[in-house]
Amino acid sequence: MAGKDKEIFDNIDGEYKYGFTTDIETETIARGLNEDVIRLISAKKEEPEWMLERRLKAFRHWQTMKLPTWAHLDIPEIDFQDIIYYAAPKQRKEGTMDDIDPELKRTFDKLGIPLEEQLSLAGFAVDAVMDSVSVKTTFRETLAEKGIIFCSISEAVREYPDLVKKYLGSVVPHTDNFYAALNAAVFSDGSFCYIPKGVRCPMELSTYFRINAEGTGQFERTLLVADEGAYVSYLEGCTAPRRDENQLHAAVVEIVVEKDAEVKYSTVQNWYPGDKDGKGGIYNFVTKRGLCREGGHLSWTQVETGSAITWKYPSCVLLGDNSVGEFYSVAMTNNYQQADTGTKMIHIGRNTRSRIVSKGISAGKSQNAYRGLVRVAKGADNARNYSQCDSLLIGDKCGAHTFPEIDSHNPTAVLEHEATTSKISEEQLFYCNQRGLSTEDAVGLIVNGYAREVIAKLPMEFAVEAQKLLAVSLEGSVG
Amino acid sequence: MLSVKNLHAKVGDKEILRGINLEVRPGEVHAIMGPNGSGKSTFASVLAGNEKFTVTEGEVEFMGQNLLELSIEDRARMGMFLGFQYPVEIPGVTMANFMKMAVNEQRKFRGEEPLTAGEFLRMMREKSAVVELDSKLTSRAVNEGFSGGEKKKNEIFQMAMLDPKLAVLDETDSGLDIDALRIVATGVTKLHTSENATIVITHYQRLLDYIVPDYVHVLYKGQIIYSGDKSLALKLEKEGYDWLINQQEE
Repeated sequence: MAGKDKEIFDNIDGEYKYGFTTDIETETIARGLNEDVIRLISAKKEEPEWMLERRLKAFRHWQTMKLPTWAHLDIPEIDFQDIIYYAAPKQRKEGTMDDIDPELKRTFDKLGIPLEEQLSLAGFAVDAVMDSVSVKTTFRETLAEKGIIFCSISEAVREYPDLVKKYLGSVVPHTDNFYAALNAAVFSDGSFCYIPKGVRCPMELSTYFRINAEGTGQFERTLLVADEGAYVSYLEGCTAPRRDENQLHAAVVEIVVEKDAEVKYSTVQNWYPGDKDGKGGIYNFVTKRGLCREGGHLSWTQVETGSAITWKYPSCVLLGDNSVGEFYSVAMTNNYQQADTGTKMIHIGRNTRSRIVSKGISAGKSQNAYRGLVRVAKGADNARNYSQCDSLLIGDKCGAHTFPEIDSHNPTAVLEHEATTSKISEEQLFYCNQRGLSTEDAVGLIVNGYAREVIAKLPMEFAVEAQKLLAVSLEGSVG
Repeated sequence: MLSVKNLHAKVGDKEILRGINLEVRPGEVHAIMGPNGSGKSTFASVLAGNEKFTVTEGEVEFMGQNLLELSIEDRARMGMFLGFQYPVEIPGVTMANFMKMAVNEQRKFRGEEPLTAGEFLRMMREKSAVVELDSKLTSRAVNEGFSGGEKKKNEIFQMAMLDPKLAVLDETDSGLDIDALRIVATGVTKLHTSENATIVITHYQRLLDYIVPDYVHVLYKGQIIYSGDKSLALKLEKEGYDWLINQQEE
């Protein structure tokens, strides 16, 4: 390795800021998975019978399924019987601020997510989830005035059974894939959000996921429904303690975009990525999909810097005529991280449009793959897609891979694909150094410039966070 | 300000600089000329600290310090500026953002507070006027999609922003049309004071019509083989380098 590259590497050994553990009494169930465990989870959540039945059905189906192996990932064997499927920080019933354990409050404060409404970031409502339960959802009353429902999915199952029955599993059925089936059987908590007809949600809604308990898996389940003509912007953030063991996060996010509705879904994923030797870190196996009806508009934006392994393809099913799907992604891997991420755009309706902008950044000894599918069904006249997949390599020990697939069954479709691969050049670094910038700052600057198009899609506050995150995650990777 | 003694440098196994000696005092303008491949750009790169080249022998003192022991960025923060012959593009990074970081790094180095957004914008406006740089360019990505002339103007704009003690301009005139050359050269002249110094590397005398040098040096095979005043440039323009080289090889 040339001197410069070496320096680049030495510089990138960034510190994970959220690796602390909260010392709080946690109620956990025994390791392992069987029908009794599922009954236990359902009972703990005080679920109605129909929900338990759904879980059991999903579990029985899951038992017939095999682990997917098609991704460009090297996944160590996971013992699904050695995972704790339910862990809840002990607290009194969800309710007023006074009922929340001060230790929990402190944890979220430390993460920059104050649970008191008066301290929160202006314009944001938060659902805070630790391990298997939602700790607190803010601004519920404010939102309820507009008819907006924003609560934990566990609560929604109890309080809004009709909506949940109608929509849960309608976009990602339990038969979809191995992890979706597992999630449908054991899902713990996540957010539920319903925006009624014609309502523009006045706040950014967000969910913050925190894994804390050791040995547990987190099975987030989120369901967003934007009814006709509604609009919502939703954000998701996540962190976990620094541990030597790997922990599993297998989430399902479903979004229903009814006629002429619009949903923007942004993720800043910062799960613990493991240490610089590849020890520990979160396995992030996620199914995210949205369904757009006529004139609906769904936009996914993701900044992925965390997790030891990421397997995630936020997708759009463009069912209705004139619906629009977008996917903007920055996926950064460093050290021994692996990411296989991308999107699927399924054009079914006429005049449907989609746009994909994917920016991969690989550093250290990491492997970073973009996997995309653009499918145009027979009846999708005048479907249009534009895809742009860029890869940026830092150093010479990492890998970038692209697997774009196009499957068009309609001759009127217009599909464009552009791809580039680049490296941070020594000339760029020298130029920045010569203007007085340290190599570390120069790398941060160049990477942020490269990702700018995607970061610009995030709400302001998160864009700033994401920029810092990219710079920190890169420390120690480039010269 | 700058004192170069017996400087040798190589790239790979190839020795390019073979004992350069040069003294530059505040207020002076030095021109370095010479045929292609004589080591002019290498000399500029080595002064700036480009790690592509290895210094094998010699000493360089800059502002009272041993330049060769300093990192590239510290040399820059101390007031060494290199005007690039081929400025690189940095996609997605606006000139404004880039310069803000550069200016504030320099201020931090001097123990000064960073500029406020207002102060910085005022400074940008003021300095872009020095080279008649379209103010729209400062909101575009660094050198991305800039024409050849805009890139060179942009180098001098950055020089104006950073107000260096010593500016080394590497063929800043190459690829410029007559008007752009005048604007760039006039810009450099405007920035010249009795406190700072400039080394211009050029092939052509025409640049020196605007930037009048106190000394003209001829670099050949990695050594300064001849020095004179500005009339030397005129003579070289008319007669070429052969007479000097022949003298050298005799």
